[in-house]
Amino acid sequence: MSIVAQLPVLPIVMPIMAAPITLLLPRGRAPHLWACLFTWLTFAACIALFREVAATGPISYALGDWAPPIGIEYRIDLANALVLLLVSGIASVVFPFAYRSVQLEVDQRQTPLFYGALLICMTGLLGVTITGDAFNVFVFLEISSLSTYALIAMGARRDRRALTAAFNYLVMGTIGATFFVIGIGLLYQSTGTLNMADLAQQLIGQDNRMVQAGFAFILVGMGLKLAMFPMHLWLPNAYTYAPSAVTAFLAATATKVAVYVIIRFFFSVFNFDFAFIGAAFTYVLLPLGLAGMFVASFVAVFQEDVKRMLAYSSVAQIGYMLLGLSFATVEGLTASLVHIFNHALMKAALFMAVACVVLRSGSHSIHAFAGLSKRMPVTTWAFIISGLSLIGVPLTVGFISKWYLLNAAFAAGHWYAGFLIVASSLIALAYIGRVAEVMLLKEPADDGKFVLPKEEAPLSMLVPMWILVAANIYFGVRTDLTGDIATRAAEALMMMAGGAP
Amino acid sequence: MDWFDFILARYNYWIFILLMMIGLYVVFARGNLVKKIVGLNIFQTSVFIYYISIGKIFGGTAPIYMGDELDAAAHHGPDSGEGAGHGAEAAAHGATAHAGAEEMQSKIDNAAPGEETLAKETLHSKIDNSALDHGNDLKDALKTAPRPEEADSLHSLPDTGDKIANTLSHVDKTPPKAGLQFTPDGLTDAAGDAAHSAAVAAHGAVEAIVYTNPLPHVLILTAIVVGVATTAVGLALAVRIREAYGTIEEDELEAADDIAEFGHQPGAPAQQAAEGAA
Repeated sequence: MSIVAQLPVLPIVMPIMAAPITLLLPRGRAPHLWACLFTWLTFAACIALFREVAATGPISYALGDWAPPIGIEYRIDLANALVLLLVSGIASVVFPFAYRSVQLEVDQRQTPLFYGALLICMTGLLGVTITGDAFNVFVFLEISSLSTYALIAMGARRDRRALTAAFNYLVMGTIGATFFVIGIGLLYQSTGTLNMADLAQQLIGQDNRMVQAGFAFILVGMGLKLAMFPMHLWLPNAYTYAPSAVTAFLAATATKVAVYVIIRFFFSVFNFDFAFIGAAFTYVLLPLGLAGMFVASFVAVFQEDVKRMLAYSSVAQIGYMLLGLSFATVEGLTASLVHIFNHALMKAALFMAVACVVLRSGSHSIHAFAGLSKRMPVTTWAFIISGLSLIGVPLTVGFISKWYLLNAAFAAGHWYAGFLIVASSLIALAYIGRVAEVMLLKEPADDGKFVLPKEEAPLSMLVPMWILVAANIYFGVRTDLTGDIATRAAEALMMMAGGAP
Repeated sequence: MDWFDFILARYNYWIFILLMMIGLYVVFARGNLVKKIVGLNIFQTSVFIYYISIGKIFGGTAPIYMGDELDAAAHHGPDSGEGAGHGAEAAAHGATAHAGAEEMQSKIDNAAPGEETLAKETLHSKIDNSALDHGNDLKDALKTAPRPEEADSLHSLPDTGDKIANTLSHVDKTPPKAGLQFTPDGLTDAAGDAAHSAAVAAHGAVEAIVYTNPLPHVLILTAIVVGVATTAVGLALAVRIREAYGTIEEDELEAADDIAEFGHQPGAPAQQAAEGAA
C-alpha cells in the first residue's frame, strides 16, 4: 500500500475529500488557500502520472481492488494523461488567480461554498478523463456539471441573468447527460459490460441498430455538453454571466473534457469497422465543425460584450477540434489533441485578462476596454498576446494548432477545409482586432458610464495570467513537447480504433 | 397481426419512449421553470424505467447473492449453526407444516442422501438470511428461542411435520409470550408467516437460482441520486430567479432582461407575452 501504487486515484480522491472541508473553514483567506493547496497537490500527482505514462505506457488501476471488467477501472494512457495535466494545470493557475476576482464578484458569505464547488468541479472533470468505465463517465460528468451550475449562478451578485443562464445550462446539460446515459444503456444491453476496453471487445462485429442508436445518443449527449454547433446555445450566456474566474476555468477545461470523451468513445470504444463511425465523421462532425467555425466566429464579431465575444469564439474553436478528429487520421487526431491543449492555454489567458478589467472597471462591455493600454498596460498586452495566439500568429501556440490542422486537412485530401481554416482565422483577426483597436487607440469615453481603471490589476492576478501567456509562447516555440505527445497519443488511439496508423 | 405482437412484446420500451417524449415535450413547450423541471424529471424517470426493464429476467428472483453462505455452511457442517439458525430452522418446520407439509416432505424424501444434506444446509442459510430480512423482532425472537430437539435433524420432519400440521390448526391466536417457543401452542401467527416466506425462499434455493440482473439497478440507483441532485439544484435556481425577477415564466424573464439591456421593451413580442401572461 505505498502511496505511489495509489497514484492514479490521488487526483480524484484528494480534491473531493478536500472540498467539503472547505465549507468548514472560516470565511476569508482560508478556503482559498486550502483549495489552492489541493489543486497544486493534484497537479503534482497529475505530473507524476503523466511522466509515468510517458515512460512506461498505459496504467490500469482497479478501483477498490475489483478487477476490471467487473470493477471500475481507471485507465490512463497518453491521451487522457495529457488532458489530466491540462485540467489540473489550468486549475492550479486559475485558483490562485481567483481570489481578488471572487472577492468582487461573489457574495462574501458564499466564498467557502464557491471554492468547494470549484474543487468538486475540477474533480468531476478529472474523473471523466481518468476513468475507463462508461457509466463512471456519466457520474463524474454530472458531478462536474452540478457544481458548474452552482458556480455560474454565483455570478448573480453582479448580474441576475447569471441565474437564468445557469438554469438554461442545467436543462440542456441534464438532457445531454441523460442522452448519454441512454446511449450507455443501449451499449450495455447489447454487450453486458460497461468497461470501455471490454466494450470495445464485445462490440466487435455488432453493427446492429441498437449499437447505432447507442452511438447516436452518446454523440448527441456529448455534443450538448461540449457545445457542438448548433447545440451551443447554453454556452454564451453561461460564460458571460458566470464569475470571471469560473469562466476562465470552464472555458479552458469543461468543453475540452467533453471533446476528449467524444474522442475516447469514437476511437477506443467504437472502431473503424463500424460504418456509422465513418458516416458520423463525414456527415456530422466535418460539416458541423466547419459551420461552427464560421457561424460562431461571425456572431462573435458583432458582440458588444467581450466575454460573450470570447464565448462565441470558444464555440468556433470547438469546431476546429471536431474538424481535426473528423479527418480520422493520425494527423487530424494529433491536431485535435494539440488544439485542445493550446486552446485551453489561450482562452484561459484571455478570460483572465477580462477578469482583470472587470476587477478594475466593473464591466466586460467593449466600451470599458477603451484606452486601456494607458491605464492597465500589463493586462492589455496579456490580452493582445493571447489574442494573437487565438488568431494563429507564428511563435504562439495558436499557430501550432493551425499548422497541425492545415497539415491534417491537406494530408486527408480535404484541401477546401484547409482554406476554410485560414478564412475563419481571419474572422478571429476581426474580432480580436476590434478589441485591440479599442484598447490601444480609442480614448476612454468620459460619459461616466464606466469606471475608469485607476491602477493595474493586483499581482495575485497578473502573475497567474502571465504564466499562461508565457506558456502560450513557450509551447509555441517548443513545439516538440505537445506535438510529440499528441502524435504518440493519436497513434495509440488509432491503433485501438483499428485504423491505418 | 405480426406488428401487433411486435409492439406488445416490447411494451416496456414503448412506455419508455412515450415517457421520454412527454418529458422532452414538457421541457421544450412549457415556459414555467418549475414545469420544465417536472418535464426533466419525467424524462429522467423514463430512462430509469428503461434501465430497470433491461435488467429483468423472466423467473428471476431478487438479486441477493447467497453463494458464499452456501459454501461456508458446507464447510462448517451441520453442527455449526447456532441459536438463530436453529431457531429459523425450527420456524421453517412450522412453516412447512403451515404451507403444506406433504409437499416439502416428498421433496426431501425423494432426494438422494447427499442432496438431502445439501437441502438442509441450504435451508439453514436461506432461512437465516430471510429471517434477517423480516426485521429485528423476529431475529431476536429466533435467537432467544430455545433449541428444539426436533429441529436437530430433518429426518424426523415427516413425523413432526405432521404433528405440527395437525396441531397448528388448533393454535389459538394469543400474542407471543417470551420468544419463539417451538411448541405448537407457542408458535404465533407472525412468526409462522415469516417462516412461511422463508421456507418458500428455501424451496427455490434447492433448485437452480435465477437472479435478475442487479447491475442496471445499481446504475439506476446512482442515476436517481444524480437526478435528485439535479432537481434540487434546478428548484433552488428557480427560487433564486423568483427572488431576483419576481417571476418564473420564461417569456417574462426574457422581457425583463430585454428591458435591462436595451432600456425598453423591444416591440410587440414582449408585449404580447405580457398580455398572454396577464
